[in-house]
Amino acid sequence: MCTVCGCSEGETTIEHTHEHEHHHGKHSHTHDYGSGAAHAHAPGLSQARMVQIEQDILSKNNQYASDNRDYFSKHGILTLNLVSSPGSGKTSLLTETIALLKDQLDISVIEGDQQTTHDADRIRATGVKALQINTGKGCHLDAHQICHALENLKPAAASILFIENVGNLVCPASFDLGEAHKVAILSVTEGEDKPLKYPDMFYAADLMILNKVDLLPYVDFDVAQCIQYAKQVNPRIKIVQLSAKSGIGMESWVQWLNASRAMQLVDFSETA
Amino acid sequence: MSLCESVLEILEQQSRQQHYSKVSRVWLEIGALSSVEPDAMRFCFDAVMQGSLAENARLEIVTVRGQAWCLQCNKNVLIEQRYDTCPACGGFQLQVNDGEQMRIKELEVE
Ligand SMILES: Nc1nc2c(ncn2[C@@H]2O[C@H](COP(=O)(O)OP(=O)(O)OP(=O)(O)O)[C@@H](O)[C@H]2O)c(=O)[nH]1
Ligand SMILES: [Zn+2]
Ligand SMILES: [Zn+2]
Ligand SMILES: [Zn+2]
Repeated sequence: MCTVCGCSEGETTIEHTHEHEHHHGKHSHTHDYGSGAAHAHAPGLSQARMVQIEQDILSKNNQYASDNRDYFSKHGILTLNLVSSPGSGKTSLLTETIALLKDQLDISVIEGDQQTTHDADRIRATGVKALQINTGKGCHLDAHQICHALENLKPAAASILFIENVGNLVCPASFDLGEAHKVAILSVTEGEDKPLKYPDMFYAADLMILNKVDLLPYVDFDVAQCIQYAKQVNPRIKIVQLSAKSGIGMESWVQWLNASRAMQLVDFSETA
Repeated sequence: MSLCESVLEILEQQSRQQHYSKVSRVWLEIGALSSVEPDAMRFCFDAVMQGSLAENARLEIVTVRGQAWCLQCNKNVLIEQRYDTCPACGGFQLQVNDGEQMRIKELEVE
């Protein structure tokens, strides 16, 4: 699913990509698309037959995701997949988070967007490495794209990698990228019933960030109701309320990040 | 949309292993608790299969109902959505055990 391999639609572009080795090199993925129709049959003879395949639609993505997960685990990289509707404040949250943490640890970012490199430019302005993946018509990132992005971005060992997914609460829920956690970002201008409208996404997420709480005095948003809906869909979900703009609540988020990072580092040692 | 593309990818890949050049029917098993809308799937399917080995193929969707194990009732119950409570006892302690799948089951090929 990338132009590097020509393995699929040719809509996706990954910045500065040239290499073509997969970092894990385990799976050989065939790039000979279109040459599948080799076994043409003599006209007139009906060759219809049934083929059982019993294959999960997402099995290919899941294979890449599991390779990515191994890679992250081997290098002690904490990877977070940020998902939300458009405009909930993912990029703002990232730039603010980077400003708080970049002196203490290595951070890199993969930006998924349908068209522009605007977000990656905003991230680079903070001084950390960022790579943009343009998905074209695609409404989510997939694990194969991440695998190629890693070859170029080469996140440092024991670092944090943020993946800003395409703004969409539907498709990214189905595509495992190999991340440690999905983080769903919801802003108080979107309505408290979002978790019920997009249950798959909130079910898949381990953390929900309720952003733009600085706007609560001006909007009609029932925080308690929203939290109840989110817990109803996913009883294990953790919730942090914050404002990327004013900075309120940012310390809870940083606390969650540090705890997750510690978990990722449990069985990692630089020398291994 | 992307799910249809994944389906096509599998069809292309399998055509090399199972030696076929045309797909005339595709059976998908879709769980009611998966994030797939059968109508949206049908809509995308024709568009995505255009110009491929599965052009004009018929899509058959077999829907599988959502099922969960209720810890309180000690039995399997049917649910419509992931956040449903147990229809028998109203409890929340449900473990989903069926209806999440998105699988290609079978093909009719030439
Ligand atoms: N009041 C307020 N505005 C915010 C906050 N966070 C972000 N915004 C504003 O919300 C708008 C969208 O923020 P972005 O960070 O671009 O959102 P995004 O989720 O990255 O958007 P896309 O990449 O387009 O999906 C911008 O105008 C931000 O300034 C916040 O905490 N409070
Ligand atoms: Zn590739
Ligand atoms: Zn999609
Ligand atoms: Zn029950």
